[in-house]
Amino acid sequence: MGMFSAGRGLVGLVLAGLLWLSAGSALGASEASSAPDPGRGLLTELAEADYNGKKAVIDTIVASGDERSRRWLESLADGKLQRLKDSGDFVIVLRNRGREWPVVDALTFEDAGEVSRRALDRIRINNALRGYLDSSLALFDLRVDDPQARLVAARDLIGEVDESSVEPIARLLAEESDSDVVTTLELALAIQRLDQGDVEAVEVLAGNLDSRARAALSQASRSDDPTLAAAASEALTSIEQVLKINRAAETLYFGLSLGSVLVLAAIGLAITFGVMGVINMAHGELIMLGAYTTWAMQQVLPGQPGLALLLSIPAGFLVAALAGVAIERSVIQFLKGRPLETLLATFGVSLILQQLVRTVISPLNRTVVTPEWMSGSLMVNDALSLTLNRLYVLGFALLVFAALMLVMRRTRLGLEVRAVTQNRAMARAMGIRATRVDILTFALGSGVAGLAGVALSQLTNVGPNLGQNYIIDSFMVVVFGGVGNLWGTLVAGLSLGVINQVLEPWAGAVLAKILVLVFIILFIQKRPRGLFPQKGRAAEG
Amino acid sequence: MSFLQSLADRDRVFDFLVPEDSPVDVRHGPILYLEDVTVSFDGFKAINNLNLTIDDGELRCIIGPNGAGKTTMMDIITGKTRPDTGTVWFGSRHNLLQKNEPEIARLGIGRKFQKPTVFEALSVFENLELAMAMDKSLWPTLRARLTSEVRERIDAVLQTIGLADLRARPAGILSHGQKQWLEIGMLLMQRPRLLLVDEPVAGMTEQEMERTAELLTGLAGRHSVVVVEHDMGFVRSIARTVTVLHQGSVLAEGTMDQVANDPKVIEVYLGGEEEAV
Amino acid sequence: MWLTRPLSERSTLLFLAVLGVVMALVVACNLWLPRGHALHVSTYTVTLLGKYLCYALLAVAVDLVWGYLGILSLGHGAFFALGGYAMGMYLMRQIGDRGVYGDPQLPDFMVFLNWDSLPWYWQGFDMAWFAFLMVLLAPGLLALVFGFLAFRSRVTGVYLSIITQALTFALMLAFFRNEMGFGGNNGLTDFKELMGFDLTAHATRLGLFIASGVALALGYVLCRAIVVSKLGRVCIAVRDAEARTRFLGYRVERYQLFVFMVSAMLAGVAGALYVPQVGIINPSEFSPLFSIEIVVWVALGGRATLFGAVIGALVVNYAKSVFTGVMPEAWLFALGALFVLVTVMLPNGIAGLLRRRRGDAEQVPTSTTTTTEAST
Repeated sequence: MGMFSAGRGLVGLVLAGLLWLSAGSALGASEASSAPDPGRGLLTELAEADYNGKKAVIDTIVASGDERSRRWLESLADGKLQRLKDSGDFVIVLRNRGREWPVVDALTFEDAGEVSRRALDRIRINNALRGYLDSSLALFDLRVDDPQARLVAARDLIGEVDESSVEPIARLLAEESDSDVVTTLELALAIQRLDQGDVEAVEVLAGNLDSRARAALSQASRSDDPTLAAAASEALTSIEQVLKINRAAETLYFGLSLGSVLVLAAIGLAITFGVMGVINMAHGELIMLGAYTTWAMQQVLPGQPGLALLLSIPAGFLVAALAGVAIERSVIQFLKGRPLETLLATFGVSLILQQLVRTVISPLNRTVVTPEWMSGSLMVNDALSLTLNRLYVLGFALLVFAALMLVMRRTRLGLEVRAVTQNRAMARAMGIRATRVDILTFALGSGVAGLAGVALSQLTNVGPNLGQNYIIDSFMVVVFGGVGNLWGTLVAGLSLGVINQVLEPWAGAVLAKILVLVFIILFIQKRPRGLFPQKGRAAEG
Repeated sequence: MSFLQSLADRDRVFDFLVPEDSPVDVRHGPILYLEDVTVSFDGFKAINNLNLTIDDGELRCIIGPNGAGKTTMMDIITGKTRPDTGTVWFGSRHNLLQKNEPEIARLGIGRKFQKPTVFEALSVFENLELAMAMDKSLWPTLRARLTSEVRERIDAVLQTIGLADLRARPAGILSHGQKQWLEIGMLLMQRPRLLLVDEPVAGMTEQEMERTAELLTGLAGRHSVVVVEHDMGFVRSIARTVTVLHQGSVLAEGTMDQVANDPKVIEVYLGGEEEAV
Repeated sequence: MWLTRPLSERSTLLFLAVLGVVMALVVACNLWLPRGHALHVSTYTVTLLGKYLCYALLAVAVDLVWGYLGILSLGHGAFFALGGYAMGMYLMRQIGDRGVYGDPQLPDFMVFLNWDSLPWYWQGFDMAWFAFLMVLLAPGLLALVFGFLAFRSRVTGVYLSIITQALTFALMLAFFRNEMGFGGNNGLTDFKELMGFDLTAHATRLGLFIASGVALALGYVLCRAIVVSKLGRVCIAVRDAEARTRFLGYRVERYQLFVFMVSAMLAGVAGALYVPQVGIINPSEFSPLFSIEIVVWVALGGRATLFGAVIGALVVNYAKSVFTGVMPEAWLFALGALFVLVTVMLPNGIAGLLRRRRGDAEQVPTSTTTTTEAST
């Protein structure tokens, strides 16, 4: 690697020398052939003026309406607008690393090869000028057609407005049609007015969650003017209140998100455990299979992660369901009525599945791509944004739950499953083929585990240990919620998620988890049959 | 001397000073007394305002259609199920609602389950040994030795229940009827004041039933016996007083003939089926 | 005396004799055969065997609660580890100022974490008697508290298994934390000496091996004594029909608690003897995988036999040593297959096979039947 880059550096040096020669001649040619460019005059003025003078030149450039002026100012702000020492031509440096810098001509934006940094003179600016440039640039962008771009520019202006830019901003504000841009600009202006001691500006800022608005208010609350200070601190308190609510909402959201993952992981278990009394320790590995199905799907359809993910939903269900049926037929059916033995045997299966993935695929984590429509976040307001992937998983979990409820309540299978759950012997006597119900139930529960895996692949690493990390949590959810009760699983999963997130800030992630485990262990003592126990004599024994 | 005696007796004055395992006091009335007992599962009232008294030494049969609450009643008496309301007294001293199953068993209430429940992995002899009335706390049990007294008692009961030849065999290999007998034998070993017997003759042959009837009637007098049974012939053969339960409360009580001629009972047993459903 | 009752049993005497003879052979082959001799047992092997003996004792402890009481504990690794940590803390204090940082009081990891004094729960562990007491008390107390809560509210069967697993998982997470003061991730290691004996010396290793064997023998006799007593029969009664046992007047939860605590303490002793032989104790001993692995040793050997647990522990761990040496990636396959095959095809384990060969004893149903009263 080191050898290679050294070699490349050498070649680059030679090339740069060649280019330098040709670039010099090209510049000379363009100068000769065309009429004098007014831009060149402006840049020369800019280069030669002192800092105060430069301000005026910047205004001139802004007013000139030249299409190139935005890039000029941007490069100026970045220190990349430079002048060749010998010819006095202006260039824009593309990359200022190393000794030879690639540049483009500042007037034509054509490639001008590489130039030694010693041959260049930077057009200098100071901090005051940089701030001025930023707001000038923002003003530029406030004129573009795209409202989204205007909004970005307006946000940049918050806290950067000074006296000189008040008037142009106000003018632009009057012409602005987009309401978001309008409010943002008003905020920017209000902060400036507040800095000037304008009490009325407090009203505009009250209730605003932008951190810079808060900073301005907090400064104003320490102002010498008592009315201003009082108004500002009042506005601050109300903002703090809103922020607190937002933080709570955020915790709740993270909690629900974690909870939805728990629900997804546990609900399949709730079905197999509740209906068949089977402890499936390989449940976690079925989740893992679902996640790996997503990964495999993305390998098959490279470049289309979204489509692959959507296809993984049925595929993951199917793969896990088939694996579940295989486990049921090969192991569990021989262990009827011996739950503890089933637990051990399925644990063995889980070890085999894990090792299988390690051997066949890799012991390392695989990356599953998150499709574009799932990445990013949903801005609710300035203080609260919800990550989209978690939002999707939350929705997915609820959807899966609803679907399962439908299956259990509205289909023949659901009826038979409930019958077998309540009284196996009686159900058999009524002509329900309990074996078939077992297989289908197990397939359903396992399939749901596969779905959980598909969802999890969007949130965590996909690796051989994925399932292990969720199996204990899933059992806790089922036990907490009460066996054989889907609603219990939902409530238990979501509330455990929220409890965990509420504890986390002051206890830390690990301690929070420990506390939750201890809480459940204690809870089981109080209510051995969970939150929603089955009642009556049938449930005992 | 008599002063010392009175000091020793003083604890009888205060109820809370009564030792846990003090004998059952039946001087002031019945041995078992249930008043206004109600229990419901998910809104369904399995027992509804039940009132029942059993006198000391009585043999009482309790009959009733399915779902009348017979087994639930036994669950309440033995501490397995807690009623929502009502009181249950064992003699005039022990409030059964404040005690758990082992405590109630130690007070002298023995129970035979509907489905015969014996310890299948243990031998017939060991089953009886565990049931034997003696100190059942941890250390004495750990150090317990098979004394000749224990052995004799077990032998006697083995004779009574006719399982002497099978003493060393695991209880798991017994037939259904033999398990029933073993369980009755375990009850005998417990020397209870009150026996609750749930369907003792289910799955028994005619002769076995006769022997069971003999045994149960023989027990009455020294013990109080409550028998829940479906088999009317069997009930008729042993019953002095019969209580009919229906929908969780007492429908009728009296001799077998009185009860059998009670129009309400006939209604429930014969005509009630269509209405009830 | 109830404790000596097993000594009049043929099976127990046979077990003790076999154990004694094998151990004597190992010691003899180590001490008196020259290094190059085909039957020479290296000190490394002696230590390995000593480790197996600790596992065997642990398996006996698990068999006591699972085989006779019907409590499938998936958290016995926690008691083993607690005993191990108690011993480890003693060994850490014995290092004295010979640690890397040379602090006379603080173990290296505390110096590294910038702690300036020993936490209160490390006090006293410089004294052997206190540490050895803690080997019993730490697991015993945990079993007492956990068992008291669980058995009082009648948490049994699968529920109990699941929460024992959660218990050991929670403890593992806790011990991984540096703030707990047990060395976090790395655990306790770099031990130097035990009661003045250099841990690397051959004689010490031989001594630890013998101590492990004696502990196994004593633990076996203790469990056997419990099992053959009337209390043991009550345990079986609880296992097969818990409700029935209650109606006979036994306070089931006390019996469960007692046996559970005895088992936990035995596991603690096993852990305490294990640590000086392997030279380290870290939170991985708390991992649910280890706890459930112990159960499969017992299942393979045959539950409710005690000697089966010993056989199972030895066989599985020997296989593990062989496998991980020859083809490590195959070990988890083998272990997984073992779980499945034993439960499905060999419910009575190796002991069941032996018994069938001998042709004696009834086919006693050992499965747990539960007392359910069907509706009227």
